[in-house]
Amino acid sequence: MTGGPPGRNVICEPCALDPYTGGDQEPILRLIGVEKTLDGQKVLDGVSLEIPRSRITAIIGLSGAGKSLILKHMIGLMKPDRGQVLVGGVDINRLSRRELDGVRNRFGMLFQTGALFDSMNVFENVAFPLREKTALTEAEVRDKVRGILEKVGLEAAEEKFPDELSGGMVRRAALARAVVMDPEIILFDEPTTGLDPIIRNSILNLICRTYHEHHFTMVMISHDLPDIFHWCHHVVVVHDGKVVEVGAPGEIQNSVNPFVRQLVEGDIAGPVQLM
Amino acid sequence: MILAVAEALGGGAIRATRALGKMGVFLGVSFARAATPPYRAGNIVKQVHFIGVKSVLVIVLTAAFTGMVLALQGYNTLRRFGAEGVLGSVIALSLIRELGPVLSALMVTGRAGSALTAEIGIMRIGEQIDSLETMGIDPIRYLVAPRLLGLLLSVPLLTAIFDVVGIFGGYLVGVKLLGVNAGLFFGQMEANVELVDVTNGIWKSLAFALLIGWVCTFKGYFTGRGAEGVSQATTSAVVVSSVLVLVCDYFLTSVLL
Repeated sequence: MTGGPPGRNVICEPCALDPYTGGDQEPILRLIGVEKTLDGQKVLDGVSLEIPRSRITAIIGLSGAGKSLILKHMIGLMKPDRGQVLVGGVDINRLSRRELDGVRNRFGMLFQTGALFDSMNVFENVAFPLREKTALTEAEVRDKVRGILEKVGLEAAEEKFPDELSGGMVRRAALARAVVMDPEIILFDEPTTGLDPIIRNSILNLICRTYHEHHFTMVMISHDLPDIFHWCHHVVVVHDGKVVEVGAPGEIQNSVNPFVRQLVEGDIAGPVQLM
Repeated sequence: MILAVAEALGGGAIRATRALGKMGVFLGVSFARAATPPYRAGNIVKQVHFIGVKSVLVIVLTAAFTGMVLALQGYNTLRRFGAEGVLGSVIALSLIRELGPVLSALMVTGRAGSALTAEIGIMRIGEQIDSLETMGIDPIRYLVAPRLLGLLLSVPLLTAIFDVVGIFGGYLVGVKLLGVNAGLFFGQMEANVELVDVTNGIWKSLAFALLIGWVCTFKGYFTGRGAEGVSQATTSAVVVSSVLVLVCDYFLTSVLL
């Protein structure tokens, strides 16, 4: 939202917030020296990063670099072998199940597949967290869900089941479910992967509008390079389970790190040789 | 060579112990969630409907033909000893003590247990269980506990239905087809079937329900990757549950007799 001139793929108005520079801006989420080994392979190797409050942070890197694992650690779906995950200064891996559920109430998460409950229709999916976690009356739930479905353009599809929806509609429904509880932090695991450019932009537009309305803290794994630099405040580059660079979009775009340069420019030649 | 064999055996033993420990912890946590509020009555009723009500037809059919076969076989065997009169009690005792609980459990495993595994497994690979976690909803409390309670409520009732329908099937063949005296058929049954036979059958059906719930939900919850993983988990759940029901039946019978 602050990096570079808007191109034709820029999908929302530039944000008035300054880029995150650390200092006195207390991060809402922090990973410190997180290590994880799966099937004998070290998949996260001392990951340390900060997620600034009320900003959009993009996590970029090659497929298999460990981005989704970082997201899963942030919300406690995975426990690190070593290191800490601090949400608002609290190490979530030291919490009891009940306390962890309390922390998770501050999160919304949009999975790559949408992860909608396939036995429920769109309305029931979006209403689910409200019915389970709040004391709202059914009329209040209905009003809130219909309001959100209208915002994501799914008011006509509320009776449809996930298998009747297109990829874009699934992501929009999942976004509606992720924001329905007004979370402080929303995690997006590749929200636009596999979508055609128009639907991809409509999803990004929706995410951007949601951000402008609520100023949630957003963390997004994305392969949408270089577009991502136009609408995030903070970028984390991950490679081989390590954080290799952190900074404002402009800094990442002008990085001298050979891997980051190769990633940003999409070069075949460079430190990463796939063929 | 010897070292390699010892290493393989040791590795296998450690893996088996780990798997059993994991299953034990899963059962303990599931029980704890099932026993503490909130109870999610709606979910439990839904499971009783799915596991119990929807299994009634298959239970009735199996029970009717089991009772009829028992009558045929029993009559032909007992006639050799001139003891056709005890046919009613033979059928009733066989059903109430053994066949009712065991066959009901096997039918429930095939019809509902496999579906439970597949449903939970598909939710796992579709990240729906992770999704529940991210909402701060305990998936064991939400998914596993109601299914376990649904089985514990449904299987004894299905067993009771099995017993009654099986006896009726035996009555049709024994009395109406083969001509055993109806008074003798029910009189012998009343004289020989005791309350302890019925309660033992209920204990067995409760134990089998627990086994089916434990194995099927565990296999689904920890399913492998992709469609193949769910398919293997479902097959494994049915096979392991069925074998365990039969093994458990032997030990329970030896204790309860």
